[in-house]
Amino acid sequence: MKKFNKIDSTIVPLPVENVDTDQIIPARFLKATTREGFGENLFRDWRYLPDGSPKTGFILNDPSVKGEILVAGKNFGCGSSREHAAWSIEDYGFRVVVSSFFADIFKNNALNNGVLPVQVSQVFLNGLFQIFETNQTAKISVDLEKQIITNNDTGDSEHFEINEYKKYCLTNGYDDIDYLLSIKEEIATFEKN
Amino acid sequence: MAVKTLFDKIWDNHIVKTVNAGPDVLYIDKHFIHEVTSPQAFAGLEKRKIAVARPDQTIATADHNVPTKDQHLPIKDALSRKQVETLTKNCERHGVNLYGLNHPYQGIVHVIGPELGITQPGLTIVCGDSHTSTHGAFGAIAFGIGTSEVEQVLATQCILQPKPKKMRITIKGDLVKGVEAKDLILYIISKLSTSGGNGYFVEYAGSAIESLSMEGRMTVCNMSIEMGARGGLIAPDQTTFDYLQGREFAPKGKDFEKSKKEWLQLRTDEGAVFDKEITFDASDITPMITYGTNPGMGIKIADAIPSEKSFEDDSEKSTFIKSLDYMGLQSSEKLLGKPVDYVFIGSCTNARIEDLRTVAEIVAGKQKATNIKAFIVPGSKQVEKQAIKEGLDKVFEASGFELRQPGCSACLGMNEDKIPKGAYCVSTSNRNFEGRQGPGSRTFLASPQTAAATALTGVITDISRLN
Ligand code: SF4
Repeated sequence: MKKFNKIDSTIVPLPVENVDTDQIIPARFLKATTREGFGENLFRDWRYLPDGSPKTGFILNDPSVKGEILVAGKNFGCGSSREHAAWSIEDYGFRVVVSSFFADIFKNNALNNGVLPVQVSQVFLNGLFQIFETNQTAKISVDLEKQIITNNDTGDSEHFEINEYKKYCLTNGYDDIDYLLSIKEEIATFEKN
Repeated sequence: MAVKTLFDKIWDNHIVKTVNAGPDVLYIDKHFIHEVTSPQAFAGLEKRKIAVARPDQTIATADHNVPTKDQHLPIKDALSRKQVETLTKNCERHGVNLYGLNHPYQGIVHVIGPELGITQPGLTIVCGDSHTSTHGAFGAIAFGIGTSEVEQVLATQCILQPKPKKMRITIKGDLVKGVEAKDLILYIISKLSTSGGNGYFVEYAGSAIESLSMEGRMTVCNMSIEMGARGGLIAPDQTTFDYLQGREFAPKGKDFEKSKKEWLQLRTDEGAVFDKEITFDASDITPMITYGTNPGMGIKIADAIPSEKSFEDDSEKSTFIKSLDYMGLQSSEKLLGKPVDYVFIGSCTNARIEDLRTVAEIVAGKQKATNIKAFIVPGSKQVEKQAIKEGLDKVFEASGFELRQPGCSACLGMNEDKIPKGAYCVSTSNRNFEGRQGPGSRTFLASPQTAAATALTGVITDISRLN
């Protein structure tokens, strides 16, 4: 897993609520047996017409909009548990997703793939959407160590939550399996009792 | 001894240890896997050069990506075929029991676990699929996980999970005649919204829940995830024991009696505290249907779609407008009488034998409407076999319904069973997301009864008014 520390980036806004994982990556693209290449089909049906040509008006198709931070409406990642959703977001190049609310399974999947879900207040979220309206090149910084997200343009910042263990994993590029394998003996003892 | 909820009793019993200021290491009793969310997890094991820790606690099936016609022939779609073959190879290499295509036990993972008696009270169960919550109907802690977590469980039989908060949803009184478990859960989700259960594990209780059959309880627990809950569970009782007795992997004879004694302890103690309690009155529930593009957008079937004006919050209003636009519907429109094109009876929510019997009873001796294409996809080989044994296949055929072979099918449209762009489908499945049943498909979620009645009339129909 890639290490995560601090990111300064412009944002890609997606002001839609309840973005489900079927939208992030539709089921018909889940036939792969490897983890790579899902970015191509990220938001497939919002991004492309049935003939494969890009839909004008969708944010990812706007060449002037780039960034490593995806900012979305509340309850992002609901629905199917498919980790392919986190893979496609990571593969596309996002390192952070900001929303006012995340679905549980998506949050875990993102964290397990070095993508940081940052939960902010609705007010802060709206502020991010607004700043984009006036200045597309405004930068946002996300500091995992300090657990602070800052709107560099306005100076507004907000603290975000992450559990200590997950923070440790992300900053060190360490994953859960490494940890679980390291306590194998304890698991074996538990099994015996 | 401290009073505890049912959820706490099972969870606490499975904690190997708690990571400092972090999640619990939870021991998993049963791990179900399928072809779509497991290949990358097995690849991870290969990379680390480790074996599956507990192949005897791992159960595999092929369901999401399999054809529902001519299952005896090689799978036509090359990518689907490869995925199913990869599962077969991985199971062989690691000694995992696979109920693959053409096996008499094959079927949708959440249908076969219970029907084989693998799903039992008090267990922890996971699967790389969000509807794993289904198994909670037996008084088990069951929840969906991502592929990295599948790899964790394959490697160590444990998973790192923060303990969720607890919610109890009590349904008082009796369900009105003609109201099914599906209506009950669609009603709950419409009240709580698609994110109302986020962060919680739900216990369903109350007389209306207790009077449900096991199949009905599974339908309710299945859709817990659609309100964002991590899972749902119901305390085991005589209904649970009667269902389990005699099933292939359930304890037998004296062992069963012994297990039953333990299972009887699995209830929430008097006075145990939940983080949230919600109560509904069963008499308020009628047949339900969804109109929008998430399962929380449900209404009583005879009601109108809400009016745009009823949304005060701007972003909720725009979500609503976007949904109706996708669905080709109007604010304040009534759905009763609206013509539809497809009726799909299937999925882990409603493709058990009881569901097929319900449909057969309604359509027997009648013809489906000519504008409707109706297909029924049984949840498992055993459901299919039982349906044929009872002659339901003949009933369906005579009524113009097509009976297919088991799999997830048009629930997620991963195989060729797709609803065409713009077409309306009344579906007994669990998700009405944009494109869920195929690109551009438009889904109305409803109960098997409503689906059957709609197939007969060709328009959205209130079963209580069908004669
Ligand atoms: S039937 Fe649908 S919801 Fe159930 S496991 Fe299959 S795809 Fe998932």
